[in-house]
Amino acid sequence: MGMTITEKILAKHADRDSVKPGDHIWIDADILMTHDVCGPATYAIFKREFGADAKIWNREKVVVIPDHYIFTKDLHAGRQIEQLRVFAKEQNLVHFYDVGTPRYKGVCHVAMAEEGFDRPGQVLFGTDSHTCTAGAFGCFATGIGNSDAAFVLGTGKLWVKVPHTCRFEFFGKKPPYITAKDMILTIINEIGIDGATYKAMEFAGEAVHDLGIEARMTLCNMAVEAGAKNGIIEPDETVFEFVNQRSRAGYDVVTNDPDARFEKVFRYDVSKLIPLVAGPHSPQNGAPVTEAEGTRLDQAYIGSCTGGKLSDFIAAAAILKSGEVKIPTYAVPATVSVEQGLKETLMDGMSVLEILEFAGVNVGPPSCAACLGGPPDTFGRLNHSEVCISTTNRNFPGRMGSKESRVYLASPYTVAASALTGKITDPRRFMN
Amino acid sequence: MLAGKIIGKIYVLGDNIDTDQIIPARHLVYDLEDPEKQKMYGKYCLSGVLDDQAGLPDGRIPFVLPGKTTSEFQIIVAGKNFGCGSSREHAPASLKIAGVQAIAAESYARIFYRNAIDGGFVIPFEVAKSIYRTFKTGETVEIDPQSNLLRNVSTGMTVSLLPLGDAAAILNAGGIFNYARTSHEFL
Repeated sequence: MGMTITEKILAKHADRDSVKPGDHIWIDADILMTHDVCGPATYAIFKREFGADAKIWNREKVVVIPDHYIFTKDLHAGRQIEQLRVFAKEQNLVHFYDVGTPRYKGVCHVAMAEEGFDRPGQVLFGTDSHTCTAGAFGCFATGIGNSDAAFVLGTGKLWVKVPHTCRFEFFGKKPPYITAKDMILTIINEIGIDGATYKAMEFAGEAVHDLGIEARMTLCNMAVEAGAKNGIIEPDETVFEFVNQRSRAGYDVVTNDPDARFEKVFRYDVSKLIPLVAGPHSPQNGAPVTEAEGTRLDQAYIGSCTGGKLSDFIAAAAILKSGEVKIPTYAVPATVSVEQGLKETLMDGMSVLEILEFAGVNVGPPSCAACLGGPPDTFGRLNHSEVCISTTNRNFPGRMGSKESRVYLASPYTVAASALTGKITDPRRFMN
Repeated sequence: MLAGKIIGKIYVLGDNIDTDQIIPARHLVYDLEDPEKQKMYGKYCLSGVLDDQAGLPDGRIPFVLPGKTTSEFQIIVAGKNFGCGSSREHAPASLKIAGVQAIAAESYARIFYRNAIDGGFVIPFEVAKSIYRTFKTGETVEIDPQSNLLRNVSTGMTVSLLPLGDAAAILNAGGIFNYARTSHEFL
């Protein structure tokens, strides 16, 4: 019986000829990623279980990227980064991207791609739910907790249950005002935030393969918002070109068998999609922007692993060049490389950074920042009962700070258009 | 963990209680392995739940009283998709630190479910039918892991729990490390 991409990657890493959904198997990890929020506890559990002087399974396969609580005066948060330094030193880690050094990157999921860790056919675990972002490169990537990560640190292995795969096909020609964010919000609106629990979500179809790599990352990034174990896209030339420029580590191109079994297939005509806005307090609470238009806002936010990549800021700038923001608007490039891209990418003779600043946007340093609230002094955090529109991924109560605040999730186009008017606005009003 | 019956007062929650409601992100800075500092996770456990949803059906019942680091409730009853959102293991850890032994929910988000089991924190039972609308915060329930039954001692109502399946062996071992030590050769 044929297997899906996810099943084939898992079978290979379990050293088996085949697996089927529901099988419990032990698999080998290719990469384990962790950050400042979960890294210290993971390392503490590793020492507790394997001994104070124990060595990790492979110092070249562990990637440590502090990104969550970086630009805060919170002393506890500072201590977590200090603990990562001890971890890196004791284990002589090869891939540690320390804060305050030229190696600092920013948001781990975007940095992982930039540094060539996301490669086809690999198994990638990370102590962050949005680790599934890497599925855009045709690998199996999923978020795990500290105990599981400590287990991987010690053994290089983890048990997994093989998920069923649901396939989401997009066909037709994508209109310029529709983004990957609108595509994934459309899916979550249909199937719900537990609609893909324990499943693999495969994104397919010509409209998906027309997307650039960053847009594909946005699709896979929010698979976890539907409860999925992983998001995945069959790798193609776009992926190979991106990876070949960044890594010489090699990879394994895995595709679906012709007779692969999908639990369910969903089909969308991308030419018919309407920009979507997901209202408080759930990513599944989506409505066409035409219905949400006019909702008054206090703040706008552009950033995170979902909506803080260079292409997200280029999209926002295309709208923001038309005027000035009417509400406090915060922009946080995901990584140092994205920040550099804002300076180097020109649109009509101005850099993206200049367009943002000229429009009155506050641009902060690269990190996760207010996407997940964080300590009260976090850049862009919602500290009161603000209503915010954001390019980020979650809008559960209190996600971006105070539980009195309310968050609308949307594409960079919709967020930028709404920033210019101070209320939720259809971006097509600013697009020719 | 599954040897005896679990008896305790219940705290009732609705659907989609995400990890930010279980333990808000601003609190993810305390040392989980430090016996004193980890008490902060008990203090702030479930502090992100909206006031009118906190302790159904009436709401506005603090899970942990001001000044305390443990809860008077030992069992959580909840709806669908409990623990959705982030992968933070601090979520099941905070429930354990607050004194919770078991959860009886309609369904779980997968990372929370894994973390609860692999870390040996709390037992995530799935109920065969929705109960959070018919149970009240403060009632006493008894869970029998052997017969997979949950009995509301206060009302006499009995509900079936779904078998824990493969998770039972890991829970019985106390988490993934002991499970692997007893059943696999690579530890």
